[in-house]
Amino acid sequence: MGKPSRLAVLGAGHVGPVIARLAIKAGYPVTIAASGDPEDIALVTELVIPGAQARWAGDAVADADIVVLAIPLHRFLDVGPALLDGKLVIDAMNYWPASDGALEAFEDDGSSEVVARRLSGSAVVKALNHIGYHELEDQARPAGTPGRKAAGVAGDDPAAVASIAGLVDRIGYDPVRVGILRAGRVLQPGGPVFGAVLTLPEFQRAVREGARSLT
Amino acid sequence: MTTYTFGLDTFGDRNSDADGKPLSHAQTIRNVAEEGVFAEQAGVDFFGIGEHHTEYFPMPAGDVVLAAIAARTERIRLGSAVTVLSSDDPVRVFQRYSTLNAISGGRAEVILGRGSSIESFPLFGYDLADYEELFEEKAALFAELLKDGPVTWRGKTRAPLLNQDVVPHTESGPLPAWIGVGGNPQSVIRAARLGFSLALAIIGGRPARFAAYSQLFQRALEKFGRPPLPVLVHSPGHVAATDEQAKAEFWPRWREIIALIAPERGFALPTEESFDWDTGPDGSLYVGSPETVAQKIATNLRALTATRFDLKYGMPGLTHDQLMTNIELYGRQVVPRVRELLSSPGNGRS
Repeated sequence: MGKPSRLAVLGAGHVGPVIARLAIKAGYPVTIAASGDPEDIALVTELVIPGAQARWAGDAVADADIVVLAIPLHRFLDVGPALLDGKLVIDAMNYWPASDGALEAFEDDGSSEVVARRLSGSAVVKALNHIGYHELEDQARPAGTPGRKAAGVAGDDPAAVASIAGLVDRIGYDPVRVGILRAGRVLQPGGPVFGAVLTLPEFQRAVREGARSLT
Repeated sequence: MTTYTFGLDTFGDRNSDADGKPLSHAQTIRNVAEEGVFAEQAGVDFFGIGEHHTEYFPMPAGDVVLAAIAARTERIRLGSAVTVLSSDDPVRVFQRYSTLNAISGGRAEVILGRGSSIESFPLFGYDLADYEELFEEKAALFAELLKDGPVTWRGKTRAPLLNQDVVPHTESGPLPAWIGVGGNPQSVIRAARLGFSLALAIIGGRPARFAAYSQLFQRALEKFGRPPLPVLVHSPGHVAATDEQAKAEFWPRWREIIALIAPERGFALPTEESFDWDTGPDGSLYVGSPETVAQKIATNLRALTATRFDLKYGMPGLTHDQLMTNIELYGRQVVPRVRELLSSPGNGRS
């Protein structure tokens, strides 16, 4: 492996710090940004995400190879697409009306398809959205560990998917390429693997059975 | 010498009879009142009722039930766990709990938060997408109300207040008030900024990972120039005579309620494997014999530098008798054992 990709995690709420910690542990340089001044998340960064650097979103993204979207989905609509132009973007967000309320823009299609349409200058990969933030860190294991759990990856750009599958593997999960973003609907709330923590064979079985009812 | 506090929380989980037939909402509510009174007799320090609005958790007006308990008890502290502040009016919440404080002779507390339930939002005409703004504004107003003087406040989520005297006044200092936090570190900062104590609701994963939140809270209090404030841990569980019995009673009810919620919330069902992990030493369910539960509580209070543990007891479908046994074992065996474990030398506390 050459120089590791630089990660910018957008969102310092429930999910962002967990992904940031996993990435730091796997050796990635990580920056984290919330909606405003990095000073506002300085304490959170120091104590909850040691090793990460808090920055303004624009600066964090500019210096990153991979950007992780871990903000509430309704806030995503306030993010200017130009910010993420040319970037490889992990969409770790969910459209989850039962928990966060309904959003008209996300009613009809898979949420990552909507995100990708909006970010037309970015390569969007859906990943790290379907394992709960309570579990994501506890269940991560090095490659080859017996009983290691699986995590899905979906995207329309095969090179981007391959790159994020590599990241998922390094942070602790057997990556499962479930297909294009549309096929990634199996990873959403209501899908067969959302909220479940499954081994590779269990995951593949659940996706096969669930895909029939979703597409 | 650290003083520890031990509480019990309920969401008004609907009881069943011994044959598994659900009791009425009314009977369940009367049982909760009995359980609160019995908690005092068993030696428990705090009894909390969490706001819920569903068929299986028929408990929208916990403060009314707490008042009934207050009238029949003398020592136990009484509070919400939690009050869904975002879909309520902070002025009314303050008035209800300061009234409870009057009835109980100064034993009322309030824990503000969201819980994992969201049904109050459509019920009272709020949009979940506004959750953050609602909570931020209302928590800030509540912090003003706690000062117990005339309040001047203006915001977007309720009518403004101009030098408004809000009654009844509390006679024994401000109500103890906490903000309940799930996993968002920025909510920890908010609690510190507004001067609330911190209630960590740990309902999944490894409790020890919340140690950083506890440190974050104390550091944030320093940053905002506030004195140290306590941290409490709230987690679900069930105590019975043996580990086997506790798990056998709790598991089917736990699986059942998740199976009911899962389709609407879109998440997966627990498996026996995941339940074993959650109830094991690393998980966040306190299900087992008094010794098992006591060891786990002591370990996690130390790890999180927390001074209070509130066990969310019960689950829809358990019987009132099972809950009374749980309360008795918790108060008479678990709590004294945790105190003993925490006072033993070498525990790293002064």
